[in-house]
Amino acid sequence: MSMTVTAAFFYLFATVTIASGFMVIASRNPVQSVLFLILAFVNAAGLFLMMGAEFLAMILVIVYVGAVAVLFLFVVMMLDVDFAALRQGFLQYLPFGALIGVILLIELIFVVSAYVVDPGLIRAPAVPIPAADVMTNTEALGHVLYTRYFYFFQAAGLILLVAMIGAIVLTLRERVGVRRQDISMQNARTQETAVQVRKVPFRQGI
Amino acid sequence: MEMGDILLAVAIMLGKSLLMLVALLVFIAYALYADRKVWAAVQLRRGPNVVGPWGLLQSFADLLKFVLKEPVIPAPANKSMFLLAPLVMCTLSLAAWAVIPLNAGWAIADINVGILYIFAISSLGVYGVIMGGWASNSKYPFLGALRSAAQMVSYEVSIGFVIVTVLMCAGTLNLSGIVESQNTSLGILGWYWLPLFPMFVVFFISAMAETNRPPFDLPEAESELVAGYMVEYSSTPYLLFMLGEYVAIMTMCALGTILFLGGWLSPIPFAPFTWVPGVIWFVLKASFLFILIAMVKALVPRYRYDQLMRLGWKVFLPLSLAMVIIVAAVLMVTGLAPGMR
Repeated sequence: MSMTVTAAFFYLFATVTIASGFMVIASRNPVQSVLFLILAFVNAAGLFLMMGAEFLAMILVIVYVGAVAVLFLFVVMMLDVDFAALRQGFLQYLPFGALIGVILLIELIFVVSAYVVDPGLIRAPAVPIPAADVMTNTEALGHVLYTRYFYFFQAAGLILLVAMIGAIVLTLRERVGVRRQDISMQNARTQETAVQVRKVPFRQGI
Repeated sequence: MEMGDILLAVAIMLGKSLLMLVALLVFIAYALYADRKVWAAVQLRRGPNVVGPWGLLQSFADLLKFVLKEPVIPAPANKSMFLLAPLVMCTLSLAAWAVIPLNAGWAIADINVGILYIFAISSLGVYGVIMGGWASNSKYPFLGALRSAAQMVSYEVSIGFVIVTVLMCAGTLNLSGIVESQNTSLGILGWYWLPLFPMFVVFFISAMAETNRPPFDLPEAESELVAGYMVEYSSTPYLLFMLGEYVAIMTMCALGTILFLGGWLSPIPFAPFTWVPGVIWFVLKASFLFILIAMVKALVPRYRYDQLMRLGWKVFLPLSLAMVIIVAAVLMVTGLAPGMR
């Protein structure tokens, strides 16, 4: 009975994921596309949960839904898209798009049909996976990430850091002639530097 | 499991959730009342004092008023999304309460990644605001939504690092486990607010920014944006936004209680005080945090937008990042890390 319930939930999450994935490309309004993308992410997180990968499910929601998709939505909402103009060129570009699609499909078929798991890899000793009642999912991931794959983990972090600095450098513009606030200068102001007490002679002014 | 067992389990879960929701909503009704009373007291006013004795029924009168009014949907608005936005906001903020333990074992779902769940749910709260602002198809709501999206994403980062420092001390992602790890013979002095005091302050301020509370209520700054993303909303949809906001604030108070104030633990760890049920301590601590937030609303003027961003990215982010490293180093050197004891 509980198997049926599990299966029902699996099909629910899977169907909604695929349907909303389709709606991402099918819906006319880009904002709705992003919202469907978010729905797909959330349902994928549900699928992760069903496989017992609770940590991955939560991280998927936090990173993709909570941060990446917010930025998507942010950008898409500010686009001023003329939908009529977009649809006008549709038939004109259709053959070209279809050609690219077919090429990609053929390539995918080649790759998948030629895919063989290396026999040496099957025999290689895998990292032992502790039982679920000994160690939680999160602990198990942490143990693997911070011991066996420590350098890969650090390298991934470093790459992300470089990408972030690169993005900042690309968009940073120091325009001259723009008045900016310098907070440390403001905080360094004292009464002596900011206030000037002058004796004003009567009927002469300064 | 048989069909009957499953139905029974579902019924028990529904009963628990219903109990939690009703208790939470009644508590929020009085939190709102307390909020207005504190605000009034600071400004030497009386506050709500007409409906019921001492105005105690004011929140319920407001509820009736909102529900009975006519909902107005602007003609150029995206109708479905316009109505979906407040529902998203309200549902998501209520969903966070599924994992919050009010007492030892008193959580609807005591999951292993409880803190991540709360973090994920609270990071979704921004969608209600963005969708509401965009679907209104009007200028002020849109500007308010853009502001709040930037604000909520910025302050999530520092809240995340604050949570990481607490997790390093507790050694678990389970909310009940975090509370239990503060259960020492020191009582109130053994809770994390003392050793992690700077993080407690960062958490408190970030929680206000994350939930758009004054002094960080820029999305609805009435002097510049009328009422931000809520301009076009009226009656029940507005009520849902308002409710979602207050539930989110209570969630942050409960989270602060669990992370820093020892959850349901008694502040003085011996006999007459430990007889008090844990849930009373929990409610008292959460109310204390809420009163602090209400006082801040009354006392501090609203931040300017660029100052808000500066505080989040240039002050809190480096500070919390440094604290993560310092706490980790101290735990390693002193051998106090949870795995090393």
